[in-house]
Amino acid sequence: MTAMGDVKRRRIDELAARAGAVPEGEGGVSLTRSAFRRLRRDPVAIIGAVIVITFLVVAAFAPFLAPRDPLAQTLLSEIRPGNIPGAREGFPLGVDNLGRDILSRLIWGSRQSLMIGVVSTVLGVVVGMAFGVLAGAFGGWVDTVVMRFIDIVLSIPSLLMAISISVLLGQNQYALMIAIAVTQVPIFARLLRGSMLAQRNSDYALAAQALGVKKSRIVFGHVLPNSLSPVIVQATLSLATAIIEAAALSFLGLGDPDLARPEWGAMLANAQAFLSIRPELAVYPALCIIVVALGFTLLGESLREALDPKFRR
Amino acid sequence: MSSGSSSISAPPVGLGNQPVLEVTDLAVRFTRRGEADTRAVDGVSFSVAPGETIGLVGESGCGKSVTSLAVMGLLPKRNVQVSGSVRLDGQELVGADAETLRGLRGADMAMVFQDPLSSLNPTVPIGTQVTEVLLEHRDMTRKEAVDEAARLLDRVGIPDPLRRLKEYPHQLSGGMRQRALIAMALSCSPRLLIADEPTTALDVTIQAQILELLRELVVDSGTALVMITHDLGVVAGLCDRVHVMYAGKIIETADRHELFARPRQPYTGGLLASVPRLDSPRGAPLTPIRGSARDTIAWADGCAFAPRCDSAQDDCLTEVAGSTVELVPDGPRRELRCRHPIEYPPAPAGATAPGAAR
Repeated sequence: MTAMGDVKRRRIDELAARAGAVPEGEGGVSLTRSAFRRLRRDPVAIIGAVIVITFLVVAAFAPFLAPRDPLAQTLLSEIRPGNIPGAREGFPLGVDNLGRDILSRLIWGSRQSLMIGVVSTVLGVVVGMAFGVLAGAFGGWVDTVVMRFIDIVLSIPSLLMAISISVLLGQNQYALMIAIAVTQVPIFARLLRGSMLAQRNSDYALAAQALGVKKSRIVFGHVLPNSLSPVIVQATLSLATAIIEAAALSFLGLGDPDLARPEWGAMLANAQAFLSIRPELAVYPALCIIVVALGFTLLGESLREALDPKFRR
Repeated sequence: MSSGSSSISAPPVGLGNQPVLEVTDLAVRFTRRGEADTRAVDGVSFSVAPGETIGLVGESGCGKSVTSLAVMGLLPKRNVQVSGSVRLDGQELVGADAETLRGLRGADMAMVFQDPLSSLNPTVPIGTQVTEVLLEHRDMTRKEAVDEAARLLDRVGIPDPLRRLKEYPHQLSGGMRQRALIAMALSCSPRLLIADEPTTALDVTIQAQILELLRELVVDSGTALVMITHDLGVVAGLCDRVHVMYAGKIIETADRHELFARPRQPYTGGLLASVPRLDSPRGAPLTPIRGSARDTIAWADGCAFAPRCDSAQDDCLTEVAGSTVELVPDGPRRELRCRHPIEYPPAPAGATAPGAAR
């Protein structure tokens, strides 16, 4: 009887010890760490990340990866109207109408396209967040003034806006980045303001107020961190749109004036003239744009899920 | 500005009958353009002495929470009119400037809210949220604040406080979250603690623990405690004195035992009768108060409770239209707002069962 009791007690102690043991790294998992852990388990996130990282690596190591000089015009003698050389030996994707290696141009072009996407999105996020915090933190007439201004900007179609700005600032790649950034600003400002307003009325903001915490501390320490996740998600999605928009602007001839510098949008525009005889010239850069945009979108979507506190365990 | 030295259980200052909180004729009106004003709180007066616990009782929408927010100065400025007087240790709070109020909140008066999960910031570790209050009101370095925070968590019965400080709210159980919030509220040993339904979101066993914790802390530190609740069980277990509110006014005030033994306002009687009892026969239906809190008339026209009251007579409504039923003294330490209160035979006090009142 007592032996039985002892065995049982030991067994219970053992189970309790096992249940009570805290798994490694469980004590205080921060939001970013737990989001990252969930991202790693999400196949969609992995696909998106692989795409994005691949393109980043290609862009970073373009000089080593590109088989040829993207600017060198070869086989010029064979190029005549109506006779654009397609694929041939030594040129995996063929050459364009000026005899330049398409593959090398795509590889070098990833630099330009990704840089425009990243720089303009970062610019848009920073400026948009500044407006959003201003409106969301102060409320009242500040909110009204800022938001009406943002509404005006938002009411202009983004491409039209970008075109006007790049015309206004003159044709160079910085003007292009600024133009795209400006079209992103209202999105981030609205998003952050909306989520800050929702968070400002939350119980924990009231509780912090009831404990006499300073207003600035409530805004930057409590309300802002809780309002950021939609902005982070939107930023990854905006990266995709920024790249597409950059391509669209170069396609319209408002891009980088240095025509020699390879850029996907410009390549697409260039290929337009030969669309009926050599459609693949347009297909390659278009495919690159689509795949990169898809990569960022997939990553953004799964980031949205990973950052949602409702899914936290 | 904080009254707290490093020791929390300092003896209460001036244990005499000097009240910590004195609310006189407090009224809160919500004004909205194009709509009639709403009088959420209408001439409420009460006071709390050090170490005393009072209860504000009433159903949803009777003005309990608005009263507490008005005392703390947490009501929004726009479209809200607060009048009357709220004195904390003699200092007038109504109309005080925002910075003064902020200095008092957390240091001299603190509040615990209903839902412990949403009252904690989900993106910030518990430790940061506790030390934030300490750094704000007490002259401490970050290191000292962390030690003090661990001590506070330990005091409210959270085991392994150093580990818990690094954790996030979602990693704590409901009871522990509420304990953490109480620790934050008590971090600067405030003179006044307002608890707005602190146990509503918790299950019954945890409720009992939290109430016991609050009782201990009040006894230890001589804090004045205002319990806001609709749960008569909480009142019975904790409060020294009870104010029953209806439609923004106090309708009955009494010491706890008096109130439970001999409720005078029919509304109080109804509240007590509607509590399920273990000694009632099986299958016996509960006794509700008929109607809902929306069936009121303006206090200016008589008694707001009259449309739902079983003992209401004509003079509660029509005959005295245009005059409020006054809150009048009703025996020792009792006040009552009713023209036709429940009567008890003058025989021994405990002879009448409260449930039989209706």
